[in-house]
Amino acid sequence: MKKILILLLLFFCTTIFLSAEENSDVINKISKNLRCVVCQGQSIYDYQSDFALSVKILIKKKLEEGHSEKKIYDYLKAKYGEWIVYEPELKKNTYLLWILPLILFVFGGLLIIKKAYIKDGKNK
Amino acid sequence: MDIIIFYGNWRCISNIKKMSKKNKIYFILIIFISIVVFFSLLIGLNKENKYYPNAKNRLLDKEIIAKDLLLNKKVNFENIIKSNNYTIINIWSSWCVPCRSEHKFLMSLSDNTKINIIGLNYKDNENNAQNFLNELGNPFDFVLVDEDGLISIDLGAYGVPETFIINNQEKLIVKRYIGPIDKQILDEIKKIVK
Repeated sequence: MKKILILLLLFFCTTIFLSAEENSDVINKISKNLRCVVCQGQSIYDYQSDFALSVKILIKKKLEEGHSEKKIYDYLKAKYGEWIVYEPELKKNTYLLWILPLILFVFGGLLIIKKAYIKDGKNK
Repeated sequence: MDIIIFYGNWRCISNIKKMSKKNKIYFILIIFISIVVFFSLLIGLNKENKYYPNAKNRLLDKEIIAKDLLLNKKVNFENIIKSNNYTIINIWSSWCVPCRSEHKFLMSLSDNTKINIIGLNYKDNENNAQNFLNELGNPFDFVLVDEDGLISIDLGAYGVPETFIINNQEKLIVKRYIGPIDKQILDEIKKIVK
């Protein structure tokens, strides 16, 4: 009986630690996608300025309150503008931004294939 | 090296008449694109590339509750900014050097009874904050404590020192100054608050 109790205790301990770890994973994930306003060009995750530290506390607090990732982004976007997230949302004025690499990739590929094909044709 | 490149370019240009039509178009296109790229990069180089989040005409959050340093109890922003037309929120800290230089301008504003001045004490030790006010005077009607910087984020603030002017009726941020207040900004504030 005692052994089972200890096992159960251990089991719950691990789950508690695991859940705590998961939370910090989410904090890291969110803070990596946020731009630091004070130390521009660096993410909130990377930097230790007062602002970045505050945002990390904020994320933690909001997660504990049960806010979703999107809600946290929305909150910060309302305060600091779309600029604060590294990954812009897919909407009307960012379509080109998202699709352009794909277009370039496809066109580049076509160009290479065409060149290679023509060369082959000539060789034959 | 330059001479070789120059010579090469010159030869290219001198050969332009001999080029086929297709090559000519390519040649002109390449020159054109490189000029455009050159100038756009040049312009980009001279531009300031720092981003300042826009705070103008943003509404304040409905509920901001903070501890008051002097009264030692929690107060709600909403209740504080009810009187008068305008509120000035100044984010300051005893460890912030520029805050010392702007303090005398805040003191000169404190004579104006038409406005509320709220000091938001940013990530500070309470004793140091008290000493700072004892030493330089207290221009604030309320001194609120922002222990972990969350209230500043709620305001959409950037750092310390920073000053917001708020229209009390609409709860709207009218103007925001990043950095310390100087003579020019003081005049601007006085003009807005009038």
